[in-house]
Amino acid sequence: MSSPIVKLVAQRLALGILLLLAVSVLIFAGTQILPGDVAQAILGQSATPESLANLREQLGLNDPAFIRYFRWLGGVVTGDLGTAMSSGQDIATSIKGRLWNTLFLAFWAAVVAVPLAIILGLIAVRYRNGWVDKLISGLALASTSFPEFFIGYVLVYFFAVKYQIFPGISTVYDGMPFGERMQAIMLPAAALTLVVLAHMMRMTRAAILNVMQSAYVETAELKGLSAFAVIRRHAFPNAIAPIINVVMLNLAYLIVGVVVVEVIFVYPGMGQYLVDHVTKRDVPVVQAVGLIFAAVYISLNIIADIAAIVANPRLRHPK
Amino acid sequence: MSNELEFLSWRVASGKLSRRDFLGRAAALGVTATFANSLLSSAARAAGPVKGGSLKAGLVGGESTNSLDPALMMTQVPFAFGKCWGEMIVELSPEGKLENRIAEEIGSSDDAKVWTLKIRDGVEFHNGKTVTAEDVAATLERHSDEKSKSGALGYMKGIETIKASGKEVVLTLKEANADLPYLLSDYHLIVQPNGGKDKPDAGIGAGPYKITTNEPGVRHGGERFANYWQGDKMGHADQVEVIVINDATARTSALQGGQVNMINRVEPKIVDLIKRLPGVTIRNHAGPGHYVFIMHCNTAPFDNNDLRMALKLAIDREEMLDKILRGYGSLGNDFPINASYPLFTEIEQRKYDPDKAKFHYKKSGHDGTVLLRTSDVAFPGAVDASQLFQQSAAKAGIKIELKREPGDGYWNEVWNKQPFSASYWGGRSTQDQMYSTAYLSTADWNDTRFKRPDFDKMVLAARAELDETKRKQMYHDMAVMVRDEGGLILPMFNQFIDATGAKVAGWVDDPHQELMNGYALAKCWLEA
Repeated sequence: MSSPIVKLVAQRLALGILLLLAVSVLIFAGTQILPGDVAQAILGQSATPESLANLREQLGLNDPAFIRYFRWLGGVVTGDLGTAMSSGQDIATSIKGRLWNTLFLAFWAAVVAVPLAIILGLIAVRYRNGWVDKLISGLALASTSFPEFFIGYVLVYFFAVKYQIFPGISTVYDGMPFGERMQAIMLPAAALTLVVLAHMMRMTRAAILNVMQSAYVETAELKGLSAFAVIRRHAFPNAIAPIINVVMLNLAYLIVGVVVVEVIFVYPGMGQYLVDHVTKRDVPVVQAVGLIFAAVYISLNIIADIAAIVANPRLRHPK
Repeated sequence: MSNELEFLSWRVASGKLSRRDFLGRAAALGVTATFANSLLSSAARAAGPVKGGSLKAGLVGGESTNSLDPALMMTQVPFAFGKCWGEMIVELSPEGKLENRIAEEIGSSDDAKVWTLKIRDGVEFHNGKTVTAEDVAATLERHSDEKSKSGALGYMKGIETIKASGKEVVLTLKEANADLPYLLSDYHLIVQPNGGKDKPDAGIGAGPYKITTNEPGVRHGGERFANYWQGDKMGHADQVEVIVINDATARTSALQGGQVNMINRVEPKIVDLIKRLPGVTIRNHAGPGHYVFIMHCNTAPFDNNDLRMALKLAIDREEMLDKILRGYGSLGNDFPINASYPLFTEIEQRKYDPDKAKFHYKKSGHDGTVLLRTSDVAFPGAVDASQLFQQSAAKAGIKIELKREPGDGYWNEVWNKQPFSASYWGGRSTQDQMYSTAYLSTADWNDTRFKRPDFDKMVLAARAELDETKRKQMYHDMAVMVRDEGGLILPMFNQFIDATGAKVAGWVDDPHQELMNGYALAKCWLEA
């Protein structure tokens, strides 16, 4: 059984790398068609023809685009993302801390949100169409329907201003004790959990309900298994592929889509970093962040695919 | 006030009685909490600064692209943090007088062309090195170099030679300038070892705090510098911290939740709400900052003075002050100077006059619409203000078409490029500085394209004039010229609105910039 899986996984990985390469071309091309070039953006209003020519020479902008692309790509592969033009700092160094912060927040939000969503989904299916199901679905949909900033501000109002249980701003820094760090991220993690919860919960519920209509579930019911046992042993394992898919999609969102939450809670993550540099037209940084985000999306999707293959014997043995 | 209360408040100020106990006893004596609190703070001020604690500010105006190089400081966070770790050559006192800092004495030749700065003894950099005349000279050299990216370059260009000898720095100017000491108070001119020529962003200064944390766009922190030369006047808290909070709601809630002790840029529309919060004090005061609409005097249809005059008369300043600033500001009069400048003179206030506007509009020969570009980044409430302008102008028969531009890129693509747009100015410390930055024909930031050789001559003459009465008259004439012929529509001067939380003492209103001209962290302290 192992050889087809290894082959499939290798295939997916190769496809993912190919896709990432394609994205890198797109990102690079996209920044090339922006009006003006990096040299012009650096010099701004004080640009003179001579200083522009000098800086272009210095930055190697006179080489053809494909040579510059491969130089950039070579740098990325070896971990050198270049330097930010607005501050002159090494991009890889400044991104490292930010990426770590974003992953830290996303991790704890996921640790709470994923099991909670799946358990709530299972409960909703068990009591489907009853008041428990309606209550769970209703609350989850309500929390998703509110914009993130609203949820964030409500949390801040009650937990930071009124009762002062958790800090309302989540500035974390290197060397911060773990306990303090956890306390600092409590509110943004809660906001993120509320935002992604409903989607995962509803998809879990729908996927399991879908399976519940199959003949083997009916058989299981007829042989007298309890409702939870049917769901746990027969329905859930067969619904796992779509659930993993939606979980991965939400994980990707937790990493690349949290700009608003980061702004509200003043959390020093990737989103805030990207926004700052987009306003400054800092192209090298935007390229680097774009590539990292693409890599996150692609790798989470590969994981979802592989998990689906492992979970479903039919995909393991293609005809 | 009863003697007992006074005695008790002194005991609190000297740390012998807790605040809570005091309030309890005050209540027992039938005193309201508000009055008791004000009693406490005046006692605390009289008792003098309290050392210790950690003072935190939550400020808008920081980005992850910020650098510690003083030449590149542009926004509020580097400005305020710079005053914590950097020391200036001279500074403006809250009363607008010059205060010598690293320079012990400043003297000039009779024609205001040669200036001598005597450098103070015993001022030390954070790396242990003593500040010398060479360091000061190198700092000025770096900021006046044509190739420098310094924000102070505009004023520093006028320096011809800089020489350090012994304890003195001698500056020779290309043209006479009676205001030179004021220019040296520019916040970019933080004195650095060897002028920062070796490593401009090393963050080594001679200020009251030594940098401990520098995470641009997130937070900056400093600890008290033990060898600071003026330890009795500044550097009261053990640590200071600036947390970057660009979101206005988050900033307010951080102050409310007690995570920071002070914030900047409170929006006028929520000031009244914040005033009601217990422990929070609004610190608003007038300054030279102003909100404007700028027309390019050299671009049709704005190259016609009648059209410019029509638009100036078609704006309802009182309404705008009332609705956009909620009264936290003062009326503008189409020239960039107000009473916060030392040599200011009153000029008759221009009023909303639809009939006269109609007359000038007709005389200009222009008909059809006038396109105004606006965006909320131009100033807080700029889009609303533009709409008010549109309505008041419509009553005078002038059609203004509004184009709302994206905030991202507004300063690169619209301001100083498009012929009619909304904008703001922070103001400068002297009239000469303001006019030289934005109204001289050669100024980089001449955003109204006001290019008048006769005006340039007046600026240069006033700069060299040492007789104050004559100078006042010259500035008056210049103001009238900008007001009646320039491309500036200035409906209002805005106030700086900061807020502090409970326990913050030592606040002094300063008209020059927000947060006590940036010194709030360095000069305030936390009551025990």
